[in-house]
Amino acid sequence: MAIVLLRVDERLIHGQVVVGWGSSLHPDRIVVVDDELAGSTWEQELYTVGLPAQLEAQFATVEEARRALPGWLADPARVIVLTRDVRTMRRLAEHALLRGHEVNIGGLHYAPGRHAILPYVYLSDEERTEMRRLADEGAVVTARDLPGSRRVDLGQLLGRH
Amino acid sequence: MSEAVPVRGIILGHGSLAEAYADAVRRITGAGEEALLPLSNTGLSPDLVAERLRALTSEGPAIIFTDLPGGSCGFAARRLCQSAADVAVVSGVNLTVLLEFIMHRGEPLGELVPRLVEKGRAAVCCAPAQLERKESDGHRAASG
Repeated sequence: MAIVLLRVDERLIHGQVVVGWGSSLHPDRIVVVDDELAGSTWEQELYTVGLPAQLEAQFATVEEARRALPGWLADPARVIVLTRDVRTMRRLAEHALLRGHEVNIGGLHYAPGRHAILPYVYLSDEERTEMRRLADEGAVVTARDLPGSRRVDLGQLLGRH
Repeated sequence: MSEAVPVRGIILGHGSLAEAYADAVRRITGAGEEALLPLSNTGLSPDLVAERLRALTSEGPAIIFTDLPGGSCGFAARRLCQSAADVAVVSGVNLTVLLEFIMHRGEPLGELVPRLVEKGRAAVCCAPAQLERKESDGHRAASG
């Protein structure tokens, strides 16, 4: 498998992903799946400021990503796939496209309407529902901010609130 | 005759870095939060970071100092800079930059920002000075 990390992180490309995960997973490419960002060149430029030269960044809509996913899985290049929210990851996973793959909940921080689950995971009721739907699509949902942190499974995540 | 409004500084950083920088500046210069305000991204969603930055930069000219050029802090600051005419971003902040800022924050942004960037770059240096040259340069110099 060439997708080395599927991650939900509202900060998308940032230090934890590039340095924290990047130093242990050695990715060749980061793919951000986001309908809005895929159409905004200036925002893409902001996200890629400071990215190491050897690390390629790509932005795709959910539909583009769903079409490309089998290719990424077969590609020898090591790919990190990021979405900024659970809903987008669930849309990517529809029709069991991510069956058996681990989806990492890496960073959903405080905002009104969200409740604290972990120091780096706050969830609204809608996000909890989306997380269940993601698991129903066959994805293995766990939370972990960094590779060395304790893995928290879905039951623990949803049972805490 | 009215005087120019001094530029306000906001340090935006990961963890407690911003608070530590603000504390160091305060201890050296006595400057308080009216001049330089720390903001950590810890525990805040990108939308909340953006909201707080907007509120802090709403009155008069401001410079947002970020620890990294990219990442969540750099992104939030640069995004705001796109829509606010009197807001600038200086990334890769160090103490030299902040002290220079405190001494010259009465200058307009167009003069102040290049001054800060130049000072900040010059402050990154090493000893012995020859280590600053890459080893390959040294080989070339030795063989040439």
